[in-house]
Amino acid sequence: MYRYDQFDAQIVKERVDQFRGQVARRLAGDILEEEFKPLRLQNGVYLQLHAYMLRVAIPYGQLDSAKLRKLGDIAKTYDRGYGHMTTRQNIQYNWVALKDIPDVLEELASVEMHAIQTSGNCIRNTTSDHFAGAAKDEIMDPRPWCEIIRQWSTFHPEFAFLPRKFKIAVTAAEHDRAAIRVHDIGLHMRVRDGKTGFEVHVGGGQGRTPVVAKLVNGFVPEAELLDYLEAIMRVYNRFGRRDNKYKARIKILVNETGPEEFTRLVEEEFAAQRKDEKIALPQDEIDRIHAYFAPPAFADKPETSDAFERAKAADPAFANWADVNLHPHKVAGYMSVTISLKPIGGLAGDATDAQMHVAADLAETYGFDDIRVTHAQNLVLPHIALDDVYTVYQTLDAAGLATPNESLITDMIVCPGLDYCNLANARSIPVGQEIQKLFADPAYQRDIGKLHINISGCINACGHHHVGHIGILGVDRKGEEFYQISLGGRADEKAAIGEIVGPALPYDGVGEAVKRLVETYRAVRRSPDETFIETVERSGLEPFKEAVYATH
Amino acid sequence: MPLIKDGQETADDWQFAETFGALGDGKSVLPMGEFLANIAAISARNTAIGVRLMPEDDPSDLADHLEKIGLIEISFPKYTDGRGYSQAQLLRRRHGYSGELRAVGHVLRDQILYMNRSGFDAYQTSRADLSDILEALREYSAFYQPAADGHRSVFARRHEKV
Repeated sequence: MYRYDQFDAQIVKERVDQFRGQVARRLAGDILEEEFKPLRLQNGVYLQLHAYMLRVAIPYGQLDSAKLRKLGDIAKTYDRGYGHMTTRQNIQYNWVALKDIPDVLEELASVEMHAIQTSGNCIRNTTSDHFAGAAKDEIMDPRPWCEIIRQWSTFHPEFAFLPRKFKIAVTAAEHDRAAIRVHDIGLHMRVRDGKTGFEVHVGGGQGRTPVVAKLVNGFVPEAELLDYLEAIMRVYNRFGRRDNKYKARIKILVNETGPEEFTRLVEEEFAAQRKDEKIALPQDEIDRIHAYFAPPAFADKPETSDAFERAKAADPAFANWADVNLHPHKVAGYMSVTISLKPIGGLAGDATDAQMHVAADLAETYGFDDIRVTHAQNLVLPHIALDDVYTVYQTLDAAGLATPNESLITDMIVCPGLDYCNLANARSIPVGQEIQKLFADPAYQRDIGKLHINISGCINACGHHHVGHIGILGVDRKGEEFYQISLGGRADEKAAIGEIVGPALPYDGVGEAVKRLVETYRAVRRSPDETFIETVERSGLEPFKEAVYATH
Repeated sequence: MPLIKDGQETADDWQFAETFGALGDGKSVLPMGEFLANIAAISARNTAIGVRLMPEDDPSDLADHLEKIGLIEISFPKYTDGRGYSQAQLLRRRHGYSGELRAVGHVLRDQILYMNRSGFDAYQTSRADLSDILEALREYSAFYQPAADGHRSVFARRHEKV
């Protein structure tokens, strides 16, 4: 994993000092809240319903044991003993006092972390495949370029006051686990004629206007990537709408300009760059950053493990968990382990300080000191030897971290909703918990198979409801919570926006509706191998609409 | 309103005029549209002229006239409108403007480092005094990306032979 050198360390330290000064000026009343707002926002500090919230950057979701322990310690010392993993692979603390935030930042800096640009109208944390560097299906490791983008975008002087926030995601696997097509810029690494480059998708997004990104360039060679990104950013900064917050994302510029004209503007700007405007990233620098991501020293192991097979035979609960929560690894004898943060009836994405320590210890002892946060709000130990999987499982189970539901119906993305957020119209958390209870039986979940339910408490779509196989959106109807159900959304390489199935349902009707959707799927699927989303795409919405509405 | 340039408070001897017709005898600044519409008459005058850009103005329209211009002001009606940073970078790096580049309008202490990096060298502000601005300019000693201020990028500095 990347390590700070003197420059990185210095910049982060200077940030801590700068923000300490800004907080002091705010607390002394030297600057107004309105003027403080963009400063705190560029440092991940939001004013929420109950308190300030601090969002800490986890670049491309990667942690090591020291970082994760520190995140746990911060939760214990400055918050209420837990942190919340976000859909952008970051962590949020909901109860931090403003006066303590400079100290928290100093603690973070001690483990090479920060909260820079985790909010505000700037380039946010770059996200990636949570199995990067481990997945069997990736063509290369996308993390070095994520790190290069992180550095390039940090305190970029031209792009700190964009029309709106800006999110970049990178993947290098055919199966897109980073949801790149619903990002402002989605980069898919490609190799052409032996050269590495990027397929560039622009203008995807969720929120009020969900849209799948448009392909703007099929192959930008890696040496030109940053210059190409600068061209896109400049076109957006100059021409993106600023008259209406809800029309300010780049997706609106792409749609209103038209993808062809937008592409032409980008290409024109890129072609106009003079030699001395180029970033001119030295090859030595590209190589230096790549070296940090060299694969760990994997042992030479057979494909299978007797210990693993014996444990599965002896412990059916483990066998079930192993079938669900393991992901194939590029090296024989290893697996990537998903640590579910979605216990039945729990809070999606929350981890206690003790749980963070457990995961950190496991990573250090068994997992080459590597931990990831996923955009589905879980953790991953990317490199675990099959021989050690049972031991890891037992430790996780004892800590309440072995829920066997990765990508199953109870592994939901759920925004904080009305319980925490001052934008929300409706509760999200209890809706998710109710659904989880209906489907708690692991065998039932296995039978249903892969099914992503995403729940948002308002139209801003932080719970990614547009791209849920089943999406649930909370709306307010004359002071009462109602929920709109959509079907057919997906965030992967076949990204699609879900379609609303019919009139919104009252709070009490949501669980029953989901149950009917699932039972309809089980009745009409061609075989247990046909997943929920495949059935929806094949059969259309009709049978599902009927199931939810016709018999009422 | 105080004008801060080259690290000190400076007297402002420029006058802003809304239209060409309202130009006084001294050094004057015109909106970009007025400047471009009266370019021949302005060239005939023997008095220094400046141009003020609003966020929607395209700085490349000035590219052929830069030698006539003694001052470019870039207006920030709201500090949250970041178009001026792109205008400044374009003027400095693409079009090679080397005269005074002044930020006017809603110019706050905590924007000034970004402005400086984007190529501004003068700030007209009622919201920050000289010591604030000097402090803001000293807050960082290293920058990842190249910009218009001439700092070597961290990307490059890492590989310089000492």
